[in-house]
Amino acid sequence: MAVPRAGSTLSQAGTDAGRAEVLTVRGLSVSLGGREVLHQVSFSMAPGEVTGLIGSNGAGKTTLLRAILGLVTPTSGEVLIAGRPRSRRNPLVGYVPQRLTLDPDIPLRARDLVGLGLDGHRFGAPWPSAARRASIDQALAGVDATHLAGARVGKLSGGEQQRIMIAQALISRPRLLLLDEPLANLDIRNEGEVVALLARIAATEHVAVLISAHDMNPLLGFMDRVVYIAAGRATSGTAEEVVQTETLSALYGHRVDVVHVNGRVLVVAGREDSHAHCDGGP
Amino acid sequence: MSAIVTSFTGGVFGPGFFSSPPVHVALVVGGVVAVVSGVVGTFTVMRGQSFAGHALSDIGTAGGAAAFLLGISPLFGFTAMNVAAAGVMETIGIRRPRGRDLATGIVLGAGLGLAAAFLFLGTTETSTTGAAVNVLFGSVFTLPTSIVPVIGIFGAVALALIAVLYRPLVLSSLSSDLASARGVPVRLVGLGHLLALALAVSLSAVTIGAILSTALLIGPPAAALRLTKRTGWAIVVSCAIGLVATWGGVLASYDSYYWPPTHHGWPVSFFVVTLVLAFYVLAGAITKARA
Repeated sequence: MAVPRAGSTLSQAGTDAGRAEVLTVRGLSVSLGGREVLHQVSFSMAPGEVTGLIGSNGAGKTTLLRAILGLVTPTSGEVLIAGRPRSRRNPLVGYVPQRLTLDPDIPLRARDLVGLGLDGHRFGAPWPSAARRASIDQALAGVDATHLAGARVGKLSGGEQQRIMIAQALISRPRLLLLDEPLANLDIRNEGEVVALLARIAATEHVAVLISAHDMNPLLGFMDRVVYIAAGRATSGTAEEVVQTETLSALYGHRVDVVHVNGRVLVVAGREDSHAHCDGGP
Repeated sequence: MSAIVTSFTGGVFGPGFFSSPPVHVALVVGGVVAVVSGVVGTFTVMRGQSFAGHALSDIGTAGGAAAFLLGISPLFGFTAMNVAAAGVMETIGIRRPRGRDLATGIVLGAGLGLAAAFLFLGTTETSTTGAAVNVLFGSVFTLPTSIVPVIGIFGAVALALIAVLYRPLVLSSLSSDLASARGVPVRLVGLGHLLALALAVSLSAVTIGAILSTALLIGPPAAALRLTKRTGWAIVVSCAIGLVATWGGVLASYDSYYWPPTHHGWPVSFFVVTLVLAFYVLAGAITKARA
């Protein structure tokens, strides 16, 4: 199958000489159960940048994040964190997993959950200390969630839980923050608030933020770069470079149209293709 | 003075309650079991592995019955069987929630088959009905004093496992991916929890019986989780509920020998489970009243 790889040229254009890279993904291929889920994915991220990892469900977004985290072993290619091969438990990487189901009965307060971000991997029970309390308070303040500190996490709304999870990921002061579908299950107002919060964190803390989403619209205007992924192949660049008919048609391997409606972007199957295909729709 | 105290307490504590050696053993063993179950069970409920706990208690029946046939303490049978079952459950895929239930169910079926065979042999070959009753419904009043140190050691091992794995257990119960990304050996931590669970279930089985041991393991933590929003407090409350239920059950069972009309005595497990249920319902009512 001859699919033009627009991504390779675009991503190389993105890796300017002298650009300090927090994350470098180079020629990454991953196979799961004999099926190639990611094929030759390359892109990079710099401090303070917000990057949207856009693609429909099953395109390979979660696998890419898991590969960056070192949870799956690539068949080829490499992942560098701040220029070095990634290791497990890399303190430079913070992670907010997809669709966390926090049981209403779970005996954890918001501040306990944030504390787990600090020392949840250590043996033994957590011991209170003034320093621990202070850094938890600071992390909660960083996501505007000071008032939620004492609340049971399972009773918080989806948006509030997402803030707490972000504080949990940021408390260890990572250089790279990965979020898997953080906007799923949020209403429009919460979507906007969470995205604005992430953009603010990227700018003020100089953290590179990678947000995966099946719908790019809530991220428009906040993304410095886009990694668009379809059927395991990716193309990257600025939103203007990537989200256009030629680039995405090349990525999909068939004609797709990028349509702008009321400031929103729709990616729809092109006329010559009969089967319906829609990404990034409302 | 002491006569007054005796006549006053006599209404609640049956004659000879505090001077009876079997009662002493029952109170000590019951106390250890309540604390171990309360601590381990809190994590079992948080991890959503109540079904594994229930399965282990049923599977342990096979070990308990086999031990009875061999003439050794059922405790060793329960423990050997439960630890083995925990190992098998982990090996055949307890990581994914769905695979977890399947693995548990498959091991449970096999264990119950063995239990049926051993209980059948126990009641027919040895010409006593004691096996089934002891194994299924517990034998806290007939435990030999010599077993107390063993129970203490098994309990200490279970508590030590949980104490060491505390934070990784909480973190991996939220998200195994998140825990893995932080460098937690998720499978090993899960196995550690299952081993602690196997020990807790075995201890609970000798006290209130294989069938009901889950009640003590799941009931108090489930009630505690409704009452408190902190993991540490949930453990404390769960142990307290377990202690009140177990000691209350021992007392009520002892007293029931003096109850009309039959003066026959009721099983400890019945009272323990009833008290646990009462606490669970009460916790629900308190939660509602607060909201």
